[in-house]
Amino acid sequence: MSQAILRVQKISGHAGSVPGEDTQREYTVCKLIDTTTCIGCKACEVACMEWNDLPFGETVFGNTYQTMPETRWNYWNLILFNEHEREDGSLMWLMRKNQCMHCAEPGCLAACPADGAIVQYTNGIVDFQQANCIGCGYCITGCPFDIPKMNPKTHRVFKCTLCTDRVSEGLEPACIKSCPTGCLHFGSKDDMLELAGNRSKQLREHSNFPNAGVYDPPGVGGTGVIYVLHDASNPEVYGGLPKNPRVPWSVKLWKGPLKWLGNVAMVGGLIGLFVHYLRYGPKEREEEDLVSGPGGGKT
Amino acid sequence: MSHPEHIIPHGRVLRYNLRERLTHWVAAAAYIYLLSTGLAFWSPWLFWVAAALGGAQVSRMLHPWAGLIFFASVWNMYVMWAQQMKYTDDDRKWWKAVKYYSTNQDDKMPPAGRYNAGQKFLFWGFFWGSIALLVTGVVLWFPEYIPWNLRFLRYLSVLIHPATALFTIGLFMIHLYMGLFAERGAFGSVIRGDVSMAFARRYHPAWYKEIVGESSSPRK
Repeated sequence: MSQAILRVQKISGHAGSVPGEDTQREYTVCKLIDTTTCIGCKACEVACMEWNDLPFGETVFGNTYQTMPETRWNYWNLILFNEHEREDGSLMWLMRKNQCMHCAEPGCLAACPADGAIVQYTNGIVDFQQANCIGCGYCITGCPFDIPKMNPKTHRVFKCTLCTDRVSEGLEPACIKSCPTGCLHFGSKDDMLELAGNRSKQLREHSNFPNAGVYDPPGVGGTGVIYVLHDASNPEVYGGLPKNPRVPWSVKLWKGPLKWLGNVAMVGGLIGLFVHYLRYGPKEREEEDLVSGPGGGKT
Repeated sequence: MSHPEHIIPHGRVLRYNLRERLTHWVAAAAYIYLLSTGLAFWSPWLFWVAAALGGAQVSRMLHPWAGLIFFASVWNMYVMWAQQMKYTDDDRKWWKAVKYYSTNQDDKMPPAGRYNAGQKFLFWGFFWGSIALLVTGVVLWFPEYIPWNLRFLRYLSVLIHPATALFTIGLFMIHLYMGLFAERGAFGSVIRGDVSMAFARRYHPAWYKEIVGESSSPRK
C-alpha cells in the first residue's frame, strides 16, 4: 500500500507539528459531480452502503423520490431531488449528490478539540478517526454543509471518507465506480477542474445554460468535491447548497483571537498573582492577632 | 441587632455554617473538574488532562453533568446569599479604595459587611457566568439535535461558553489567591467555619459590629 497517499497534513486538536505537513509536491484528489447528467438512479448511494458496509436505516415515503431525507451517520451519500421553477415558467428537476465536500480548509477539523479525531491527508481527503472521536459534536458546528452526523448510540461522528481505503489502493471511490451515466469523475483536482470547466463551457455555449459553471467554493479554500451546475449563480436551489460557504465566524473567532487572548490572560494572571505575592505578600497574619488577643488588635 | 449565635468559644466567630461550607465544596469539586476537562477541550496542549481523568470520551460525557452539579450549588448559594450580596453605597466606596485593599492597606478601607464589594463581585460574576455557561452548555451538550435553521445557537454557544469560562477562570484565580494565600484565616473559615474575632473586625468590620452588637465592646 502506498503510504504517501495516507500521509497526514492536518490533525485536529493536535499540539506540535504534523508528520506529513509540507511533504508533498503537488497532488490533490477530487471528485467531480456533473449535476446536468445525473439521472437520480441512486446507484452511488447503494455502492456507498455496500462498500462501506453500513447498516440500513429507516427510509421515509412521502410520494417523492426522496426516500431518505438527509445524510445520516450510516448514510453518507444522498441524492437530493429538487423541483425548481425557472423564471420563464419551465420546470427543472434538479438532482444533486450530497456528501462531504472534503474542504481544503475544513471547518470540522478547525473546531475539533480531540487529538487526531479528524485528519486531512496530503491528497486532500478529510477523514474522521472514530477511535479518537470524543463525541463533542463541534465538527457539526464547524461544518458549513451540515455533513458530520452523530451515532446516537456510540457518540462518534461519521461521514463520507471519499473511500480513503480504495483511493489509497489506487482505486476510485465506490460511488464513482457505480455511476451509469458518467456524471461522476475522479482524478486530480487540476484535471477535474479542467473537465468541469470544459463541461460548463459546453453547457453555456451549446445547451442554453448561460449561467452554467463550476462549484468550488473559495470560502473554504476550495473543495475536494466539485459540481458542475446548470446555474452556478444560484446553488441554493440544489437542496440548499450554500452560495458562499465559510467556516462559521464564531468558530474562527473562538479558535483564533479568543484562544490567544484567553491563553495570554490566564498565563498573565498567574504570573501577575505570583508577582503580587512577592511584592505585597499576605495580608496581616491571623496568628499575630491571636497572640495579642481578641481585644488587642493592631493600634 | 446582635447575632450572638455567631460567637463561639475561644474568641472565635462562626463565619460559615455547615450548609454554606458544604455548598462551597460541592461547587469547588465540580468547578475543578469542569475547569480541568474544559481546559483539555480548550487547548491541544492540555488535552492530556482529559486522558489523565479517564479519557476524553469520559470527560465529554461527564463535563455536562458536573456542570449541572455546579449550577445547582451556585443556585443554592444564590438562595443563601443573594440578600447579603446586594450592592450598597459602601461597596461603591470600597471599589474606589480598592487600590488600598490590593496593596494590603486594609486600615484605609471603608468598612465591609459580611461580604466586601470584591466578594460580591465574585458572587455575581459566578452567578451570571454560570447561567450563561448553563444555557450555552445545554446547546453544546446536544449539538446534533439543534436544527440546521437554528444553527446560530451553536455558533453563539461555541463562542460564549469558552469566553464566559475564561471570565470565571479569572474570578477563580483571584478567589483562590485571596483564600489560600492573601487572607490568612480565610481558608480555615470555609473548612471549619470559624475565624478569629480579629479577622472579623479587620476584614468585615460592619459584619463584626452586627454580630457583637453596636454597643458591645469586643471583649464582652
